[in-house]
Amino acid sequence: MARLIALGPFADLLPVKIGTVTCTEIVRDGLWSVAPYQGKAEAVSAQMQVQLGLGLSAVNRRDVAGETICQWIGHGQWLVNAPVALDGLAAVTDQSDGWAAVAIAGDAVTDVLARLLPLDLRAGVFATGQTARSLLDQMPVSITRTGAQQFEIMVMRSMAASLVQDLTVAMSGVAARDAP
Amino acid sequence: MRINCPHCGERDRREFYYMGDALALDRPARDAGVEAWDDYLHNRDNPAGATRDLWYHEGGCGAWIVVARDTVSHAVQGSALAAKVAS
Repeated sequence: MARLIALGPFADLLPVKIGTVTCTEIVRDGLWSVAPYQGKAEAVSAQMQVQLGLGLSAVNRRDVAGETICQWIGHGQWLVNAPVALDGLAAVTDQSDGWAAVAIAGDAVTDVLARLLPLDLRAGVFATGQTARSLLDQMPVSITRTGAQQFEIMVMRSMAASLVQDLTVAMSGVAARDAP
Repeated sequence: MRINCPHCGERDRREFYYMGDALALDRPARDAGVEAWDDYLHNRDNPAGATRDLWYHEGGCGAWIVVARDTVSHAVQGSALAAKVAS
């Protein structure tokens, strides 16, 4: 049988580089949401510490251990990129194909994102490891600072093309202003 | 109008969906009688001044929150997670 070629959610839309800002796709093998049952958050955190080396992260935080991430993704819900067994403690749902993720980086990255998100993303306020849920031009997104001039944006997979469209418009606008 | 989400901090009102009086959290007992249930389901005050409303942070963390605000001055006085208020 012919081997099928897997395409990421962004297919050939990425990478994109405009001005100083680059946008690349982030590919993960899997993503699972972890929603602890009532009163079980501490037990879940302890189990995850054993299984992944990461407990539940604080609200608005992403914790990283090597390649593994644990990220707060909303009220009572976390996202991890490795399978966990939490029977009787939490609802664990495979969301591998539910999300599309991009890394956006460059000197003017906060200027680009300031055009799209109603959040204060300056490093003093929104430090590395900080994450937030908000609207990017009306799309629900999760945004995380992953480095000094680097962010990760996650959207519902069906919104991948719209995200690239919005980011490229904002990147072009910022690049045009910065052009000599 | 800006609303303070207990998880996310102060956000634009457009990130939220409005659900009406926070009275909805005070569910009567199963055998409370027809009048109490009629009240709970249908009858709402329409105050000029202080209200307690339920809002859903749909463009954010997905939490239901109880917001205390003033319908005359539009001041938002405070907010709390509905999960905590109800428990």
